[in-house]
Amino acid sequence: MKKSIFMAALLMSLVFILAACGGGNASDPSEESTGNGSGDGSEASTDAEASASGSISGDGSSTVAPILELINEDFNAEYPEIQVSIGVSGTGGGFEKFVAGETDFQNASREIKEEEVSELEKAGIDFTEFKVANDGLTVAVNTENDFVDYLTFEELQTIYSGEAEKWSDVRDEFPDEEITAYAPDQSHGTHDFFKEAVMDDGDITAELNQDTNVISQSVASSEGAIGFFGYNYYMVNQENLKGVPLQGPESEEPVKVTEETVMSYEYPLARPLFVYAKNESFENNESFMQFMEYTLNNASSAAEEAGYVALTEDEMQEQKDKLEAFK
Amino acid sequence: MELIDKKSIGKKLNGRLMLNKVLKYIFLLCTLVGLVVLATLLIDTIIDGWSYLTADFFTNFSSSRPENAGIRGALIGTLWLMGTTAPIAIILSVGTALYLEEYAPKNKLTDFIKINISNLAGVPSVVFGLLGLTLFVRMAGLGNSVLAAALTMSLMILPVIVVASQEAIRSVPSSIREASIGMGATKWQTITRIILPASLPGIITGIILSLSRAIGETAPLVVIGIPTILLFTPTSVFDTFSALPMQIFSWVKMPNPEFQSITAAAILVLLFILFLMNSVAIYIRNKYSKRF
Repeated sequence: MKKSIFMAALLMSLVFILAACGGGNASDPSEESTGNGSGDGSEASTDAEASASGSISGDGSSTVAPILELINEDFNAEYPEIQVSIGVSGTGGGFEKFVAGETDFQNASREIKEEEVSELEKAGIDFTEFKVANDGLTVAVNTENDFVDYLTFEELQTIYSGEAEKWSDVRDEFPDEEITAYAPDQSHGTHDFFKEAVMDDGDITAELNQDTNVISQSVASSEGAIGFFGYNYYMVNQENLKGVPLQGPESEEPVKVTEETVMSYEYPLARPLFVYAKNESFENNESFMQFMEYTLNNASSAAEEAGYVALTEDEMQEQKDKLEAFK
Repeated sequence: MELIDKKSIGKKLNGRLMLNKVLKYIFLLCTLVGLVVLATLLIDTIIDGWSYLTADFFTNFSSSRPENAGIRGALIGTLWLMGTTAPIAIILSVGTALYLEEYAPKNKLTDFIKINISNLAGVPSVVFGLLGLTLFVRMAGLGNSVLAAALTMSLMILPVIVVASQEAIRSVPSSIREASIGMGATKWQTITRIILPASLPGIITGIILSLSRAIGETAPLVVIGIPTILLFTPTSVFDTFSALPMQIFSWVKMPNPEFQSITAAAILVLLFILFLMNSVAIYIRNKYSKRF
């Protein structure tokens, strides 16, 4: 009896694998042409509803992901036939997939790097950059910390280069208390952006963490702590964190992080959030054009819902014009 | 002369009895540490996530809006992944075990293979993820599909099942093996009618335990690049999918604190599946293990 059960299981799994392998050869070409994911159901229905089916895939920044997730939810309600899948490998990890041609779009919390551009050129992938929202990288300290009224970029540098061990090393009037600096790790575009904007490309010496929640919680719970993260993490933890006004090299006085200062770029660590689109996908995949149109039309409201700051209307119009050029 | 000096023994006896007692409690403490930590984790997770385990939680897809977030995509994706991983892993590893135990000549090469299979069991799962990314996702062009992930997972759990199956096959007494061959049965007849039925409980236990390891693995899926934001379920093994551990991994990083509770609810679901699988393994082991 047991033997027959086992044999049946064996046989079933064998059939399963054979079917799987057989299907593999048959659907491989169609997969390549649609870019990724499920090409099966779409072939039959392409004629009937040319623009209402297909699959789109993206990957990239965990900072941008919440915006795209909101957009995707509403997009899915309107176009349930179009299957969108979005990974969250971080800006750097996502660009690797974008270069490998595995994704149609790439979310990024920093501008594309030069070496990434040249890799894309080598791979023969043309792309277009779209801004979707603004983020104000927020530097925060513990609420118990009453002496930090503002910080300049030089002071941030002494903290995050590991030079200053005590707050008094940062500025003479600060008390003789220990600093613990927290920062997102290298998988985050936020890390790269801070490194470039504040550290002059010097290395960040701090407790690096992959999980931004851990950073905001560490800062909220230990007195001498300082950390930085996206504006949305600050927004939801405002009672437990004290945002530090920053004085950049170009600002005349310290600027507090608010919606207005981020939108106007008065805040020295305001940064755009990007979606990079593969040009080829606009031609091969009609649903991708629909998705990108929908994305730009709804980016501002989604950004605000996700705790970010919308682009100015002029800026958003620029992005829409860029997309219009592909029609 | 007295053989036993009761006085000097009496002096040391108390100390020895004391040491005995102290050690007993120290070891009890050691046992409790693990249990207490587990219980704390479980209770904390249940308190946190229990109220989120509604019907909607199972029928909704993942969402950035906490009130709409659910695990439909991740749960069905996980079932697809396991349903594909199981047959691949079972055929490959039981086949390997049968060859090594029944057919392979006893020589240095076979020993070398056996040692390496045991070594393979110790390779970190991230490494299997990288292997899967290169081999299945990129070279075979499978993309981040169910099949690519299942093949990777199969390779990862293969050594564990092979070793468990080898043990089970080896434990079949050679007397009944010889009796079967003595009756004129061929090797294949002996294997299917005598050895496999007798070693089945051991093999199945190994399979289920390694599958329950695979179901909670996140690292290989992260490396392969399984998406976490998607609002559809796979319809074939070539579709992309999401899985429970990936969903947990991505929710725990969300800024909105409500997602911590939603994460807890998803952890409860994953734990329940794990618990169920392990119970089945224990049941099978107890029910069928006393054949000889």
